[in-house]
Amino acid sequence: MGRWRCGPCGLSVSPEHQAAARAAESAARRSYGKLVALLASRTRDIAGAEDALAEAFATALADWPRGGVPANPEAWLLTVARRRLIDVTRRRVQEERTTAQLLLLSDEAVDPARYELPDVRLGLLFACAHPAIDAAVRAPLMLQAVLGFDAATIASAFLVAPATMGQRLVRAKRRIREAGIALHVPAIDELQGRLDAVLDAIYAAYAEGWLNADGTDERRRNLAEEALWLGRLVAALLPGEPEALGLLALMLYTGARRLARRRDAGQDYVPLAEQDPRCWDAAQIDEAEALLQQAGRAGRPGRFQLEAAVQSAHSVRRRGEALDWHAIEQLYAALAALTASPVVAVNHAVALAQTHGVDAALVEIDALLGDDRLAGYQPYWAARAELLARSARRAEAPAAYQRAIGLERDPAVRRFLQRRSEETSAPDWPGAERKA
Amino acid sequence: MEYLLMIHADPAGLQRLRDAERSTALSAYTAYTEALQQAGVLRGGNRLRTADMATTVRVRDGKTELLDGPYAETREQLGGYYLIDVPDLDAALAWAARCPGASHGAVEVRPVWSVCES
Repeated sequence: MGRWRCGPCGLSVSPEHQAAARAAESAARRSYGKLVALLASRTRDIAGAEDALAEAFATALADWPRGGVPANPEAWLLTVARRRLIDVTRRRVQEERTTAQLLLLSDEAVDPARYELPDVRLGLLFACAHPAIDAAVRAPLMLQAVLGFDAATIASAFLVAPATMGQRLVRAKRRIREAGIALHVPAIDELQGRLDAVLDAIYAAYAEGWLNADGTDERRRNLAEEALWLGRLVAALLPGEPEALGLLALMLYTGARRLARRRDAGQDYVPLAEQDPRCWDAAQIDEAEALLQQAGRAGRPGRFQLEAAVQSAHSVRRRGEALDWHAIEQLYAALAALTASPVVAVNHAVALAQTHGVDAALVEIDALLGDDRLAGYQPYWAARAELLARSARRAEAPAAYQRAIGLERDPAVRRFLQRRSEETSAPDWPGAERKA
Repeated sequence: MEYLLMIHADPAGLQRLRDAERSTALSAYTAYTEALQQAGVLRGGNRLRTADMATTVRVRDGKTELLDGPYAETREQLGGYYLIDVPDLDAALAWAARCPGASHGAVEVRPVWSVCES
């Protein structure tokens, strides 16, 4: 193996230091967000905290191979980073009125004997998803501040130029510091609305990672796993919030089907209806079912619980049961009422085709045609094509397929749509039995 | 803003494909071009002949030098381009990711220097 790069600090190390480096990496994975949150909790200076922590990791890489990994790596890293932060602040003392900040820092000098550090990560998550932060940068900011992802990796996942993503992250962190966005969990009356933003951002990160179905893109796959990890964190810290549990359940349901979406060494895309339930991860689905039930007991339904319930309805196939399309259609109707999302409307139309027939579904699909938000949304055109092909308007299907193919970025899905387009336009296609 | 999407790919890749696969690959480009048209962002675009058909021209000290072949010899060649007009870089990158060339080669996205800028 060649040289190995430490994720959080970006340092390249030689093989003999790899064991200590791995210890640092594992401490980083477990503690990165916790330490950033602690370091920035009073000063709100996330960038400064990240810099100090990167230096602490660099020091660890130099010290741990010689002196051994400390008994409490977290406390060790926090002490070194905090000392570093105090140094930097002290140097600025003359030019700025930072004395107060210095006092804040020394005031919380760490007690190395204390084994468990307080977990203030949730406060950091809420700051990252604050309404004053641009919604598009909330998920990237979380991935960086809580998990230590670098800007280039985040940029690739969100399809934004790396330089642009770097600037957006810098700007967002400056905003937190200068606009005085507190790193704390909001009071109960404000919690609900703010929690939605946190959950939305986690789901956005998950959805970006989910696009890489065959798991060949390491960065994307990691992103889905890290988002799942954030979801677990929030669910663990706020177990009384049914939507936090609902989101975790939703991610587990979809994650359980990750490998079933590909056939023939990742070459072929397999749509949900054709997936072999034996390829689903049973343990993950069981965990999701338990979470969804636990969430339901709170009696406060919400977007993520409803979406998870749709997934649950699909998962009955693993017991050989037929899908209850009426239930699925009603869940999507409830979601549509709640979110007014055109994406939900597309899914509702697809379910409606099963319960009320293709023509009823096409009425809904046609009504969405002018929605700008769907003009570039591949699944709308694919669903439209599929429904048209099964209706008396079969001649319109190829144009819709063509649009879907042109909008898809995954080559396997593109090939699937191309094949579908050919199949459904063949004169002897069995699905074409309906006549006007 | 206008962006030029330049598709760099190994032309041997397409030649290696079986006939059916090649026609699938080429029809993906047709669908992509149509999607750009439907979205109203397409300003132009073409597939280029392979780089061995290129001739490179330089004028030095009043003398014209002609060279058989492309300006730069690389395995991946400029195989085609799209000129698109979209609001910002994010939108341009989203279209680049959908370009079939992005999955078998690479798509370079370059903002066009507009005449009103100095």
